[in-house]
Amino acid sequence: MVLLTLMAAVTIGVVRQRNLFGVVILSGIYSFLMASVMIVLDAVDVAMTEASVGAGISTVLMLSVLYLTKSRELVPTHTSVFPVLVAMAAAGILLYGTLDLPPFGAADSPAHLHVAPRYIGQSIAETGVPNVVTSVLASYRGFDTLGETAVIFTAGIAVLMLLKGRRKKTKPGKKA
Amino acid sequence: MKLDLILRVATKVLVPFILLFALYVQFHGDYGPGGGFQAGVIAAAMVILYAITYGLEPAKRAVPPVIVETMIPLGVLIYTGVGVVTMLLGDNFLSYNALNRHDHVHAQELGILLVEIGVFVTVAGTMTAVFYVFAGRGR
Repeated sequence: MVLLTLMAAVTIGVVRQRNLFGVVILSGIYSFLMASVMIVLDAVDVAMTEASVGAGISTVLMLSVLYLTKSRELVPTHTSVFPVLVAMAAAGILLYGTLDLPPFGAADSPAHLHVAPRYIGQSIAETGVPNVVTSVLASYRGFDTLGETAVIFTAGIAVLMLLKGRRKKTKPGKKA
Repeated sequence: MKLDLILRVATKVLVPFILLFALYVQFHGDYGPGGGFQAGVIAAAMVILYAITYGLEPAKRAVPPVIVETMIPLGVLIYTGVGVVTMLLGDNFLSYNALNRHDHVHAQELGILLVEIGVFVTVAGTMTAVFYVFAGRGR
């Protein structure tokens, strides 16, 4: 609860802050708080990913982007009434959707009855890997992780193409 | 660049341990939290830390961009390669049991290990490469 309150405070800070450097640092703090929430929920793998990717790498990448652009947000020229309405409507729909969800942590919710018992019960016998997260990630759901790796591959290639391609045009004499 | 002596020494001390921690997270992922994804990010963070304190050029000399950019497709290649090998051994794509017919637990562990290495290589390569391009554009 303390963590969630802090996260809400950080979010308000991000919205009100005009200095983009501050925004980047605040989103790093937000990621760390999120990682702490994940630890509270016993999802250590996710917490580790959140801390290293969300708070670590993306903060550094955002800072290096700031280095290339201006570090102050411009004051918006139009009113923000319509976006606020859209956001509130979306939030309302999402909250309405949560009413149908089973209670948090309920053992008889559909998510825990389908394949999860087999993963938890048979993981050591079938794969010999004590960390169920790893066995699900790499073995039972190997296709999904392959897709994930392909996504990272594609994103990396796209960024390299965008940023490196421009550079070649500005310096025509040099061949990479 | 002369005032940051403490930073430079601290970085030099830290870098091998960060790499060691990345490898620990990588290979201990079967038993504790972690895996290829997290380990790849930590390894990339090591390169980024080195580049921040020592400058981009020394980092590029230590970890050449060519290698980093080769790593991006190489990881996906390792991952799909495991799948193709299991297919060649007469099983479905990515069903590791084909890797060792006598002991399916060993087969699974080998498959998971190889696949995680693939993830590690791609993630570390992508993160470092993206950082290199961003940091290299400013000058």
